Amino acid sequence: MDYSPLWISIKVASLATVFTFFLGILAARFVLSLGKIRFVVDGIFSLPMVLPPTVVGFFLLVLFGKNSTFGLLLMSMGLNVLFTWQGAVISAAVVSFPIMYRTSIGAFEQVDKNLLSAARTLGMSEVRLFFKVLMPVSWPGVAAAAILSFARALGEFGATIMLAGNIPGKTQTMSVAIYTAMQSGNRELAYRWVAIIMTISFLTIFLMNYWTSHQNKLLKGKRRRVY
Amino acid sequence: MSLYVDIKKRCGDFVLRVNFEADTDKEMFAILGASGCGKSLTLKCIAGIEKPDTGVIKLDDTVFFDSSKKINIPTRKRGIGYLFQDYALFPNMTVFQNIMCGANDKKVTKEYIEKFFLDGKENLYPAQLSGGQKQRVALARMLSQSPRLVMLDEPFSALDNYLKSQLEREVMNVMEAIGKGGIFVSHDRNEVYRLTDRIAVMDNGEIVDIQSKHGLFDAPKTLAATLLTGCKNITRLERREDGYYALDWCIMLYGLEDKRQAAKDFQYAGVRANFLETVDESEKDGEHVVECEILRVIEDTFSIVVLFTNKKSNEKTGYAVMTYELSKEKWEQIKDKPLYLKIPKDKLILMEG
Repeated sequence: MDYSPLWISIKVASLATVFTFFLGILAARFVLSLGKIRFVVDGIFSLPMVLPPTVVGFFLLVLFGKNSTFGLLLMSMGLNVLFTWQGAVISAAVVSFPIMYRTSIGAFEQVDKNLLSAARTLGMSEVRLFFKVLMPVSWPGVAAAAILSFARALGEFGATIMLAGNIPGKTQTMSVAIYTAMQSGNRELAYRWVAIIMTISFLTIFLMNYWTSHQNKLLKGKRRRVY
Repeated sequence: MSLYVDIKKRCGDFVLRVNFEADTDKEMFAILGASGCGKSLTLKCIAGIEKPDTGVIKLDDTVFFDSSKKINIPTRKRGIGYLFQDYALFPNMTVFQNIMCGANDKKVTKEYIEKFFLDGKENLYPAQLSGGQKQRVALARMLSQSPRLVMLDEPFSALDNYLKSQLEREVMNVMEAIGKGGIFVSHDRNEVYRLTDRIAVMDNGEIVDIQSKHGLFDAPKTLAATLLTGCKNITRLERREDGYYALDWCIMLYGLEDKRQAAKDFQYAGVRANFLETVDESEKDGEHVVECEILRVIEDTFSIVVLFTNKKSNEKTGYAVMTYELSKEKWEQIKDKPLYLKIPKDKLILMEG
């Protein structure tokens, strides 16, 4: 059995998660600071979540293809993402971005407003407040968001196959491998990949639950009365 | 240091319209009001957490906010010490790190840890502290930044009675030690009376009365203020030729004109439940005497509360129900006799609106 789809999947999902982690948090912080246009921006950022992945893939294909200025610009610099594993990273990142962004925004909004106000009355700058108070306090939620987006990136199929294709050993991820195996009637191989994906997904969720409860314990502590 | 506030802010149907001046160097200035009346919002506007629609906020010569000049100094530059109701300690930081956020200096932090009896607790997290310790950390954190103005936002309202009086005394000691006044916000009239010098009463977004605490509790000027200071007996008044008729108590009240020089007629009168005087049956036709029909007798922790109406009254609800509070011993002596109560003229509170 060729295990290359496993390594490609993990590489692609990990890299995509790194991107979405920072972009998602930045986007969440940005949207929180917006006034009335917040709902418009929020809608745009959340769009990849509700659109069918094939539509996302289609847009990416158009954007990075040689018919768009952006695609031509990239190509003139010698960068081509179509049918490469980098393309798979981009599609996984775009599709998992809303999960990171939305979960982070939720985590940020759950932080007691008084904590932020208190930090401001103590003379903290917005940047310092973000790193010293907002991030640490919402960290369990943000970490959970990262794990969820990793799981989503790992299972990404539609946009990936549109943008990166299905090249064995190069862009064929696990989810694509299952599809290919079923198409060629290799049920046994499909079952194996299904088992592997299920194990990884279950482990991810288990890890997330363990992590959040552990973090919450650290943050809130056992209610101990010390007089 | 004097704080000048004159602001307006609209939040949906609610309109906050506040105007006051406080000498926060010497006096502890209180804003007393029921929950939702806008008192916390006022503090938040002063601190810059909320932005008023229009108006001016000034501390001495420093303009914090001036809508006409488009000045709005950010919270972090106003130098205001704000004590939040739940203390708002950073849960991810130890006691030392929390105080360090205000002090910005290790030596000063250590000094404040000592001053607030927090030695040995430096490395604990807020979740590991008791309520009293949390308050001390919050006070230390707030004061270690040497604020220009101190504001306390209902710091005791979430506590049980025992802890409350203990923490109240601690705050009193601290404020006395730093020799500064400040602004204190609460819905608890007793708390406000004990801790502050001057009181502004707030009702539905507006300050309805503002005077020294003794003045306020002796002679509140408006109905809202009277109710907030805990006066239980209120009646509507009607001007008659020879005096005022108390519509709810069903008696005539005489000689009110010389109590205060009023431009307008009085609208309401009130008397505190413990200021009523029992009189003998022989005096029942005297001035300001009510023949009581007892509705209910409630035994309180250290006193008896009698709810009654005037026998002549047809109403048995609303303002018609009056309250008389007396000691248990006294109640034992008089409880079997018919009850006649006199409303002493000098204890009457008169309101113009």
